[in-house]
Amino acid sequence: MSQLVNAILVFLLLTGFLLLASSRLIACIRAVAMQGILLGLLAIAAQDGNPSVFGVLLPLVSAAVKGFILPWLLIRAMRDADTAREIEPFIGYNLSVIIGAVALGGSIWLGQRLPLPNQPTSFLLVPAAFFTCLVGFVLLTTRRKAITQVLGYLTLENGVYAFGAAVALEMPILVELGILLDVFVGVFVMGIAIFHINRQFDHIDTGQLVTLSDRVR
Amino acid sequence: MILLVILIPALAGTAAFFIGSDPLRRGLLVSTAIVQFALSVGTWLEPPTPALNGWLAEDALGRLFMTLTSALFLASSFYAVAYLREERSQSHSDFEEGFLFSNAREASFTGCLLFFLAAMTLVTLSQHLGLLWVTVEATTLASAPLIYFHRHHRSLEATWKYLLICSVGIALALLGIFFLAVAATSPGTGTVSLVLKDLLSDAPHLNRLWLKAAFVLMLVGYGTKMGLAPFHTWLPDAHSEAPSVASALLSGALLNCAFLGILRIHQICVASGLVDFSERLLLVLGLLSMAVAAIFITGQVDYKRMLAYSSIEHMGILAVGVGLGGAGLFGAMLHVINHSLTKVMLFMVAGNLLAVYHTKIAKNVSGALQVLPVSGLLWVLGFLAITGSPPFGPFLSEFTILKAALDQGRSFVAIAYLIFLAIIVAGMATPVLAMAQGTPDSNVVVPAGRGVALSAVPAVLGAAILLMGIYVPPVLSRTLHEAARLLGQH
Repeated sequence: MSQLVNAILVFLLLTGFLLLASSRLIACIRAVAMQGILLGLLAIAAQDGNPSVFGVLLPLVSAAVKGFILPWLLIRAMRDADTAREIEPFIGYNLSVIIGAVALGGSIWLGQRLPLPNQPTSFLLVPAAFFTCLVGFVLLTTRRKAITQVLGYLTLENGVYAFGAAVALEMPILVELGILLDVFVGVFVMGIAIFHINRQFDHIDTGQLVTLSDRVR
Repeated sequence: MILLVILIPALAGTAAFFIGSDPLRRGLLVSTAIVQFALSVGTWLEPPTPALNGWLAEDALGRLFMTLTSALFLASSFYAVAYLREERSQSHSDFEEGFLFSNAREASFTGCLLFFLAAMTLVTLSQHLGLLWVTVEATTLASAPLIYFHRHHRSLEATWKYLLICSVGIALALLGIFFLAVAATSPGTGTVSLVLKDLLSDAPHLNRLWLKAAFVLMLVGYGTKMGLAPFHTWLPDAHSEAPSVASALLSGALLNCAFLGILRIHQICVASGLVDFSERLLLVLGLLSMAVAAIFITGQVDYKRMLAYSSIEHMGILAVGVGLGGAGLFGAMLHVINHSLTKVMLFMVAGNLLAVYHTKIAKNVSGALQVLPVSGLLWVLGFLAITGSPPFGPFLSEFTILKAALDQGRSFVAIAYLIFLAIIVAGMATPVLAMAQGTPDSNVVVPAGRGVALSAVPAVLGAAILLMGIYVPPVLSRTLHEAARLLGQH
């Protein structure tokens, strides 16, 4: 089992770097979709013993939502917005990847500083989860487009979810479903907002959303 | 009973989306608010039985926050009906830039208002921390469309910032909940209960390192939503661009719900002996919020933004009160009520001023006392109340918190607290008084047939604030003490 978990985690790390290095929006959406699917598999693989029916079903639902439905929504939003398919980051891709490497180092260090009470299935679990969160933050702060910010939010959420799966935390079904529903509705509402931003401004560059600020006499 | 207070507004909200007739839908809004308020007052007489395995239960904190939310919503629903009647026409010209814009459908606005109420009620009753998280995020999603009622680029920008910043903050809080679960895991055991009661009874055995990390993450996460500096950046934009009735609910009710999230994890820290750690962090963030508010209120030209920064200040005061502990806890609980009542009233009055003067710039408003006698008077009284002048409610609670600081010999906290309050009084006095006094421009006309509720509702709230300053009913005082005891050391 731990071989499988390790493999999934390595792929998760790779999607993080893909997100940082990619210049095309569609590639980023696919990377986040891939993360969603990997996390579904991870949640199943990280359970030891016989998982319950819901223990398998819920990750599958989550993988379907994060791996297919949300990316489909985002791709539609991208097509509607008819935006240039480039990312247009505030910082260059090379720098992004370097930041990613530093973040990975930091995550591994942090993973060692915070020992889990129960030995996890793989030593990579906690670092991979932290790293994914950090990638989300990098995307949120250095990318200009509304869609990439949504991707950043989703990546952050994926990192948090990965941590939950890492500690094999059994949240009650109601809460798991609630979390998933919140993420889904959240991205859906953000998608609507992107649609309006696009109609209002003829672009989805959040760098233009700077009207509101404090004016002083 | 406990399910009804949540289900009734949720169902009414769903219905509101499909009701085409305006009078019918507005009637539904008000009647739902009345029924829901009656139900939550009913829980004071007869404590409801917990539901869903004890995930939904009412303790003193929940009762306090729920009833306050219901009461504010009831007041806002009357105001909202009158407001929506004014906003009926198809297109409006923007006050600041002159372009034309339309409003969102009134049906979706009403529906979202009711969903918002359902979500906030659920927050106050959640005893399971995972469920609490889900519901706090639900309040964000239900309230985002409220901010984007006026369909123009500034409100859209505010909505986007609100959605994204709060969702990201809340995601960190979820990580904090996972950390808490790790803290509660002892080697060899599998399942962890995230129900508050179990966590509290298990508190001495929690892993302190993970609990500390969990507290920090949840403080940052819920603090973002509560508007604590330095995570407050969404708040002034959202509060200034939302229609006034939505600003009132955001400030008076929603921020409290996020505060409740912080109080829950604080309870666990207290029970597990980490009280010094959590209190210190709350104190630091509280004073920082007051400082940021003091800086930005001074010289603020936009009076709705000024009120928004005042909310940040008062969230800071709440954090300071809880951070001091002891008598400060009672003061903070009392201040929750006083701040909410006052701020809701002020935002409603600000909405009236905006509707007549067509500007959010304070210096372009003058003679409010002549043009709108009731609103103008309430504006001045509200200013006196919110800055902590006697005999209004906030004076009592702010003084209680100050006294707690002095009694504990924390002179630095007390001095900083007083300095920030003084700067804020000075910063708000100039624009507020100038707006009320003077002679109005000749082209300012009060539209005929404005709803009575637009000034009656804030007037009732004003009376309540005055009452709270003179006499706190014993039944309320008992609940406040009980809530403070939940947060204190045992």
